[in-house]
Amino acid sequence: MLKLTTPISAETINSLNAGDRVLLSGRIITARDAAHKLMVEKRPDFLRPYLKESVIYHCGPIVSKNEDGTWKFVSAGPTTSSREEPYEADVMEEYNVRGIIGKGGMGQKTMDGLTKSGAVYLHAIGGSGALTAQRVKKVETVLMLEELGSPEAFWVIEVEDFPLVVTMDSKGKSLHKEVAERSDKRAKELLASI
Amino acid sequence: MGINLKDSIVELIRRSSTDYPKDWENAIRKAAENEEAGSSASVALNTILENIALARKNSYPMCQDTGFINIYVDYPFGERESTYTEAINAAVIEATKRQYLRPNAVDSLTGKNSENNTGVNAPAITFHQWDNDYARIRLLQKGGGCENCSAQYRIPDTTLGAGRDLKGVRKVVIDAVNKAQGQGCAPGIIGVAVGGDRAACAKLAKEQLFRKFGERSADTSLAELEKTLLTDLNSLGIGPMGFGGNTTALEVFIGTQHRHPATYYVSVAYDCWAYRNGTMTIKNDEVTYA
Repeated sequence: MLKLTTPISAETINSLNAGDRVLLSGRIITARDAAHKLMVEKRPDFLRPYLKESVIYHCGPIVSKNEDGTWKFVSAGPTTSSREEPYEADVMEEYNVRGIIGKGGMGQKTMDGLTKSGAVYLHAIGGSGALTAQRVKKVETVLMLEELGSPEAFWVIEVEDFPLVVTMDSKGKSLHKEVAERSDKRAKELLASI
Repeated sequence: MGINLKDSIVELIRRSSTDYPKDWENAIRKAAENEEAGSSASVALNTILENIALARKNSYPMCQDTGFINIYVDYPFGERESTYTEAINAAVIEATKRQYLRPNAVDSLTGKNSENNTGVNAPAITFHQWDNDYARIRLLQKGGGCENCSAQYRIPDTTLGAGRDLKGVRKVVIDAVNKAQGQGCAPGIIGVAVGGDRAACAKLAKEQLFRKFGERSADTSLAELEKTLLTDLNSLGIGPMGFGGNTTALEVFIGTQHRHPATYYVSVAYDCWAYRNGTMTIKNDEVTYA
């Protein structure tokens, strides 16, 4: 199992191949639908330090507030990434992002963006929110909580050994595309035989 | 009512959100054994099993998307619906505070999250007055990612070569699950309905998700189709999370109802592996969870 720690260099990213399993550590940031729309339309500068050579996590967590005012992630698995397809390539280029964590994979526009920006798509296990929350060692801060609401806010978190599968690499290979091609073929065979 | 209805419903939500039913858990364990050791599919299913155990132990929601809250109430003659509506709304607010639920109700016009899971038709409650002397409350927490994979077909569908018979139904279900790929958190639980108007068809498909693991249709031709479809879907090779593998679906449940002569709808309600629903009955001031 390969270990990755943010910030990640372009060289490290280019050494990863679709199918590799990795353990990710370091500071990452959550962003989903409203956050992506905002990043593309407004390109806010306050996000740059958090995103540079780091990783975006498609996640709308359940978070509890401790008595001392700090936060704790309770359940925090990935959300479906395809909704960010219109935005992701632009976000990665604008903010120099090295990885996207989510589920379900993404399309050709993002695939091209991964190659251009030197980034990978990392697949987490959907629905495993309780387990994933255990890998979040610290919630550093939250940005735009008031404006976006808890699931949509930018949560800056520190993770340790977050288990992920590289399903789209920076060299144009996508496991999702391969699986879909095989299942399309099988579905056609089935439909023709019924 | 001698019981605290609100608290009983909070407990229903806690159980559903955090405690995965054993029969489904066994199905996932069996599926994990059926995947190649060390493959991403096998790792995914074993991670899911680990997650189920942790969520159960700590009463944490298995998945951070605790779904859209659908509640079905069957109540005896003479009781008021408002008694249930008030208790359900209060319970949902309390369950959100206790983090059994994520705030998942967004105003469609303003985009504002109500932060407590209540709003216009949220939670969505369906009432039905019946002749039994007890009440039954059923909860279905339907995740957003898998709901986006649900579909409705108008048969005949010439693109798929699907006609108005069970062969046509089989074809469209294969198409829906193939289109979903791993997006609905495969392995999925597939509710299917045939007939009714568009709204009734979608509703019946969703209600199939209350069936128990292994519960076949009482109709032999539907029971046969359920088994055939499960084999079909698992032969697609989409696998857990869409990583490729032998387990694309855990169950297929089909229901039918009468239709207008001119219409033939098939609805597919795709539910993620994280099947979260529960039933409670209230009889003689005693609450039972199933």
